[in-house]
Amino acid sequence: MRHGSYRFVASFLAIPLALYAIFVISPFAQAFYYSLTNWTGVSPKFEFVGLDNFKTLTHDAVFRKALGNNVILLIGVPLLVILLALIFAYLLNVGGRSNSAGVQGVRGNGFYKLAFFLPQVLSVPVIAVIWSVVMTSTDNGLANTVTRKLGLGTSQFLANPDIALYCVMWVMIWGSVGFYLVLFNAAMSGIPKDIFEAAIIDGASRLSTFFRITIPLLWDTIQTSWVYLAILALDAYALVAVMTAGPGGPDNSTQVMALQIADNGFKFGRAGYASAMGVVLFFLTLIIAAVMLRATRRDRIEY
Amino acid sequence: MTLQIDVEGTRSEDALQVHPVGAKDRSFSPVNVFSHTVLIAWSILVVVPFVWSLIASLKSTGEIFGENPWAWPKELLWDNFSKAWDKGVGDYLANSVVVVVFGVFGTMLFGSMVAYVLARYDFPGNRFIYYLFAAGMMFPVFLAIVPLFFVVQNFGMISTYQGLILVYIAYSLPFTVFFMHAFFRTLPTSIAEAALVDGASHTTTFFRVMLPMAKPGLLSVGIFNILGQWNQFVLPSFLSPEKPVLSQGIATLLGSQRYENDWGTLFAALAIAMLPVVVVYLIFYRQVQAGLTGATLK
Repeated sequence: MRHGSYRFVASFLAIPLALYAIFVISPFAQAFYYSLTNWTGVSPKFEFVGLDNFKTLTHDAVFRKALGNNVILLIGVPLLVILLALIFAYLLNVGGRSNSAGVQGVRGNGFYKLAFFLPQVLSVPVIAVIWSVVMTSTDNGLANTVTRKLGLGTSQFLANPDIALYCVMWVMIWGSVGFYLVLFNAAMSGIPKDIFEAAIIDGASRLSTFFRITIPLLWDTIQTSWVYLAILALDAYALVAVMTAGPGGPDNSTQVMALQIADNGFKFGRAGYASAMGVVLFFLTLIIAAVMLRATRRDRIEY
Repeated sequence: MTLQIDVEGTRSEDALQVHPVGAKDRSFSPVNVFSHTVLIAWSILVVVPFVWSLIASLKSTGEIFGENPWAWPKELLWDNFSKAWDKGVGDYLANSVVVVVFGVFGTMLFGSMVAYVLARYDFPGNRFIYYLFAAGMMFPVFLAIVPLFFVVQNFGMISTYQGLILVYIAYSLPFTVFFMHAFFRTLPTSIAEAALVDGASHTTTFFRVMLPMAKPGLLSVGIFNILGQWNQFVLPSFLSPEKPVLSQGIATLLGSQRYENDWGTLFAALAIAMLPVVVVYLIFYRQVQAGLTGATLK
């Protein structure tokens, strides 16, 4: 290394590292520490209480409800988003000219991508406001007028504790599918055409080229998407906070962990307890990422 | 030669089997009709709520929740927009613009500085610092949110521009560093070495040689950061309650409209929040899509 380059390296790292240490690393580290205390967040005095917060958490009915809701979202959102995005990407790619072996898109390909991707550029509160009005619970609500016309009857949507969470889930799916469609579509067009041509010469149908060629070659992308969507499902704060009454919905039907952390930390004066919830959330994220990346690992296919 | 003819022959035969009607009628094949039906259905689901809410910004509350919410407004109430502006949307918009302009500039500058140093210079602790940043992508913000509030409070920066800007930069760094690190690694080293041999300082080499070469990467991650920071909601709702940014202001307005029952104004505010990003998106949608998805795949 040339003379003077250490000083250069230090000068480039100093400010960003300081910012990162103060605003990211230190709060994360503090959260682990506070999770072992009874700090209120208001008074500077607090005591070390060991694992008491975590013991209380196991009996906390609201938190357990929140955890359960997060788990439902965690299963439903990645599964349905990836499934829908794959189906749409498949239809976009192979619904078109048949002899082009799967990479030539349908007509209007560009328009569909333009439309599907739109929710991705809108902020979550904007989406939440739009859908909470669409899903107005009265008979004249936008969605209800349509379902009634179609003979499906009307629904209370977010006001019905049995389905409120699924309404939130729907909005998450609605907002995410377009992004993953474009992502999968980009990955699909990266697959060389001759692979499909070779398969079709050998007599493979469209559907089997999709399952035998496209999906295996997209596996890395699907895996990464799953982890991103899982992190999204474990948060869900913005949608729930804006869309649902309370917030948290009737009978805590849309309660999620992030909302509990915010309520305990800032409203109820139980910052230590909220930090313990944060620690639980952290380990859950870590486990899911590790499991998804390990359990679904396959040999990487180079092409 | 024979083989080639054979292959061609099989291919056209195969195409014929799938579509016996021939090239002219291909677009009416059952598969195609099915594809378009499904794709159009989802397009409607995406576009209609969006367009409806734009039209609702010119309606009265009665028309939004009345007998027929699908009806065109009897009278276009442009007044909704001035009412929304007076309710603070103008201020929220200004707050968002200030915070995002400085936040993205700082993120790109510091992010690429760190990424460059980590990608191109060998020094003790290099890997450690890299993993420190990379780990930041995995941590849920909600783990940090309570202590973060008190950190920002101790600096006296709750509800200030500088507080939000610094926090935005800090939380955007992990991804920016990660992405730009990979990008700098793909650039050739010879040009930077030539510049150093010619007597340019390390700093000059970075700003004059490497940054211009990294433009495509900067563009991708820049789009990602602009949208991410513009749409940020969680951080400002806790750290800037008195100086709301646009997305937060929308949520607050929804809360107050439940009592005031003036939904036209709320939708006007929504339109003000949506239109800038949507117009930019419609103009640059190829770059936006490529930028966001490319950034995720790295």
